[in-house]
Amino acid sequence: MIRTKVLVVGGGPGGYVAAIRAGQLGLETVLVEADRLGGTCLVRGCIPSKALIHAAGKFDDMRGCVGDGTIGIALREAPTIDLNRTVLWKEGIVDRLTGGVGVLLRKAKVRVIEGWATFCDAKTCTVRTREGVEVIRAEHVILANGSTPASLPGLAFGGPVISSTEALMLARVPDRLVVVGAGYIGLELGTAFRKLGSEVTVVEARERILPNWDEPLTNPVRRWLERAGVMLHLGAAVEMVELSEGAAAARVRTRDGVTVSLAADQVLVTVGRRPLTNGWGMEAMAIDMAGPFVRIDDRCRTSMRDVWAIGDLVGEPMLAHKASAQGEMVAELIGGARRRFDPMAIPAVCFTDPEIVSVGLGPEDAGSAGTDLIVSQFPFAANGRALSMAAGDDGGFVRVVARADDHRVLGIQAVGTHVSELVGEFTLAIEMGALLEDVAGTIHAHPTLTEAFHEASMRGLGRAIHI
Amino acid sequence: MGRFVFKLPDVGEGIAEAEVVGWHVAVGSTVGEDDPLVDVMTDKATVEIPSPRAGRVVAITGSPGDKIRVGAELLVLDIDSDEASQDGAVSTGPAAAPPAAPAPKAPDGPPPAAAKAPAPEPPARKETEPSVAVPRPNGAKPSASPAVRRRAHELGIALQFIPGTGPAGRIGHADLDAYIASGRSAAVATARPARRARLDNIEEIKIIGLRRRIAERMQESKRRIPHYSYVEELDVTALEELRAHLNARHGTERLRLTLLPFLSRALVCAVPRFPQVNALFDDEAGIVRRHAALHIGIATQTSQGLMVPVVRHAETLDLWELASEISRLAAATRDGKAVRDELSGSTLTITSLGPFGGIVTTPVINRPEVAIIGVNRIVERPVVRGGQIVIRKMMNLSSSFDHRVVDGWDAAQFVQALKGLLEQPATLFVE
Repeated sequence: MIRTKVLVVGGGPGGYVAAIRAGQLGLETVLVEADRLGGTCLVRGCIPSKALIHAAGKFDDMRGCVGDGTIGIALREAPTIDLNRTVLWKEGIVDRLTGGVGVLLRKAKVRVIEGWATFCDAKTCTVRTREGVEVIRAEHVILANGSTPASLPGLAFGGPVISSTEALMLARVPDRLVVVGAGYIGLELGTAFRKLGSEVTVVEARERILPNWDEPLTNPVRRWLERAGVMLHLGAAVEMVELSEGAAAARVRTRDGVTVSLAADQVLVTVGRRPLTNGWGMEAMAIDMAGPFVRIDDRCRTSMRDVWAIGDLVGEPMLAHKASAQGEMVAELIGGARRRFDPMAIPAVCFTDPEIVSVGLGPEDAGSAGTDLIVSQFPFAANGRALSMAAGDDGGFVRVVARADDHRVLGIQAVGTHVSELVGEFTLAIEMGALLEDVAGTIHAHPTLTEAFHEASMRGLGRAIHI
Repeated sequence: MGRFVFKLPDVGEGIAEAEVVGWHVAVGSTVGEDDPLVDVMTDKATVEIPSPRAGRVVAITGSPGDKIRVGAELLVLDIDSDEASQDGAVSTGPAAAPPAAPAPKAPDGPPPAAAKAPAPEPPARKETEPSVAVPRPNGAKPSASPAVRRRAHELGIALQFIPGTGPAGRIGHADLDAYIASGRSAAVATARPARRARLDNIEEIKIIGLRRRIAERMQESKRRIPHYSYVEELDVTALEELRAHLNARHGTERLRLTLLPFLSRALVCAVPRFPQVNALFDDEAGIVRRHAALHIGIATQTSQGLMVPVVRHAETLDLWELASEISRLAAATRDGKAVRDELSGSTLTITSLGPFGGIVTTPVINRPEVAIIGVNRIVERPVVRGGQIVIRKMMNLSSSFDHRVVDGWDAAQFVQALKGLLEQPATLFVE
């Protein structure tokens, strides 16, 4: 029996951050993780997918240079890709990062136990480890169990039907890939495989891609998909996957009610993620639910005293950085601090081509702002840096949403190459309560993409220079 | 357009200099005739000096705490007429630079050219950057940086209550500090005492004005005077009976009597036999001046600090007159309306904390006086009278004497005389 002050269940970006912070605060901490440290984010999500997207982008750029070449660079023959080696390279990155997490946990004096924790009451769990069964009893339990890819009825994972996890470990590039679900995960991977040479078809039940972002933001992505030859079936549903003689075909009912059969080597189902609430004894803990999620308050407290829950387990947005912020906060709460989870905004990024970022309110959220808004945008087509990296023609822009009465910035969105790297400044502006004047009064380095943010703010004040 | 140099006027007899307590105007502000310009303090009275002219302030001399000599330049006004400088000469150049105390806020005298040019406008404020709190639009979430939000939360303060002075009402650390200092946070903080916040801020208070005066006086008194303190216990049962009787008899038609008029009366009776305690000691000249008149200082707590109004010629007043004079002076002093003459010239001082009088105090002598009488709390105690334990109303007198000129023996005799008078109150009125 291990007795500890803090037990963290799950070694993802929520759990491991909570454990490190608890350790830093001198709290005796045990972290239980059944798989590898780093969780979905490091092992089968953010990091590996970005590695694959990077490799795909490089490969695609080189393919573009075959023949007449691009911007003066020409290749005599088409590049080849050995996806096995790409995956090995990706695994190297993941190994390095998960190893780093292990070192940080050790440094914080966190005891890591490898195994699957099953609770028998709210403060006690048994962990099946390689050495045997451990019983852990803690004063505080932080649940950071995370989420798993959601499946569709009739499309159980297995065989040609894969989730994002398997898509990141394929040994070869599929000739034909059907992606079910045009959310950010599906489009990121669909885009990557298209760049790697797959024929990609995207089937989405709703009438538009990336339904969580507004249409002006997603239009450049839709245009890229169309130009790249990705087939889009919007308002359509995959009814089933037929298997015959080793070949698979997805039967799709289109918007017009017609059924088409799409041959596919792989059917990638990306219809969201489900909180992992089964299989670890949650029913024995007497904690309340809010829909499919664990119910928490603004301090991540569950309905059971001294049981805390963070990350994907507790609701949208299911993003690593939200989980980390919650984990850090919970550790400090246990350490005796007064804390509350009250971000002004949580940024969201979509690594399609071009990339999309959004933080705070969009133009269509005017109702919730309760006031008139200034919405102003600046196109990357007028930004020197975007043009100089051949990224000025994808329809990208930065858009600022501010209150009309006092010019306080409420939201910022952007679409364009590399805009994911701008989101830190966007979020900081909102957290600091910046006015359009504050952004306009900040000198932005030239030549950088950030100038578009500067100009969009100036434009909101009626004094843009470069447009 | 001309300049008007305003010099510190004579603010009271024999006053050579005054201390700046606070300015009502700043360089660049426009003042009308009789608008308050500055508060200055002399001795123990604070005087508000009004502007003799309308105009725009172009220079001021002295920050709070600085001493300005009477007749020295206090401020310079740009005025709208030609009879510019009837009082204090037109200043046409740097010659008008303040001659007295350092003036960190004032420019080094206006440059010659500026004499004809209009004074510069105060820097125009950007509309979106007012330094006063902006009312928050209804329902709008208060704007504050993550660090400010976290600190407020740790202190248990809801941001909605804090006026934000930043752009668009943004709440900064300074706003939070001001809110905490205002004391308005108390109710909020106690409403959620989940954890006691650790408080690290240190408030610096410049010791100026009356507070500095008190500090200097106290320091001088303790430094120069070897205090001899003597505490005696009084049975005030009879006195309290008499007081209650008189108050009951006259109800509301007369002033309610406190203990102080009786004690004053006792001093009037006792002092002729002890002239050494009703005296002022000029220790530099080496002269003790024994006063026939008894001017009783009454130590009084005001919102500004300790002040000592004076009951003049107590020997000429009867009990009711003493009561009404004490009451009038206390009120005037608390309201800041006491004039200089009412705040100086005492020969012997009484200090009383009323119900907070405690058992014993060690009063500090109001130099150059040589004695101070402290009144402690009245309590009912079991005491032995004629072999019986009885309950009596008891009170201590804690007095301090300047041991250089008052011997312990004499001091003790004096206090015993007071005791005799107050324990047999009839003797207070038997000539």
